[in-house]
Amino acid sequence: MSDLAETVQATLARIPYAQFLGLRIELAGDEMTAILPFGQHLVGNPVLPAIHGGVLGAFMEMTALAQLLVTEGQARQPRVIDVSIEYLRSGRPLTTYARAEIKKVGRRIANVHVEAWQDRRSAPIAALRGHFLVTPTADEG
Amino acid sequence: MSDYLEMMKGVASRMNEGTPHAAALGMKTLSLDRDGAVLFAPYNEKLIGDPETGVIAGGVVTALLDQACGQAVHAAMEEFKVIATLDLRIDYMRPAEPGKDIYAKAFCYKVTRSVAFVRAVAYDADPDDPVAAAQAAFMLNSSGGRRPGANAKTRAAT
Repeated sequence: MSDLAETVQATLARIPYAQFLGLRIELAGDEMTAILPFGQHLVGNPVLPAIHGGVLGAFMEMTALAQLLVTEGQARQPRVIDVSIEYLRSGRPLTTYARAEIKKVGRRIANVHVEAWQDRRSAPIAALRGHFLVTPTADEG
Repeated sequence: MSDYLEMMKGVASRMNEGTPHAAALGMKTLSLDRDGAVLFAPYNEKLIGDPETGVIAGGVVTALLDQACGQAVHAAMEEFKVIATLDLRIDYMRPAEPGKDIYAKAFCYKVTRSVAFVRAVAYDADPDDPVAAAQAAFMLNSSGGRRPGANAKTRAAT
């Protein structure tokens, strides 16, 4: 595993909520994929069954945060300012993947888009757009 | 109170207990009526999002707001319908105070034939000093004829 992947993985390991969800990441160069294996504790609709919408939102939020760490390096964990989540398909009891694209990073604000999918990349189950308060490493101190 | 609302109160508490994720977060419905839904999730160290400050993860607030908005939709309808979140927008105004339980108060202000619109706030002490605010839209009768267990099959209709 690359140093970068280890750093981000170690950061996630220190976040209890990321552990609770069961989130991990994989890096191919600087391209990051966040992975959320299915677990019963993620279910929001036990009848279908389907993953809780809040879980998918949270997963994509964490994906955006992790991508900011990977691409920008952050002195402090970025803070979420706002997110807009679109639900496209119900989340089935399968592993969910997500990738984030940083559309713009300014001195204080980053704009990030995230898409989540399961067995077919071309059939996303949810998308998120969000703004994040960032503290780039260079600005530290 | 209508029979439907009385029934929904029972359904809401069963929803919290019977929904694994809601149960994992310890969600409870405190009130459910025509004025909306009030839910809470207790502070839990396992759900910390920022280990430096002990602040609860934004995702917990997201899930609680989603759940509260959904129950507010049920409270605003005249009969039970399966619903699904279409979109959810959340503004995070300030971090929740470490150690405090989180509440979410949701109100469904419009129900049409196919869609319901909801506003909600999440707070740790005072609804007028919210941690987050949400705006959501839900699709009604969203099951699309899918039967129980439909998602468990190898390929569900998309």
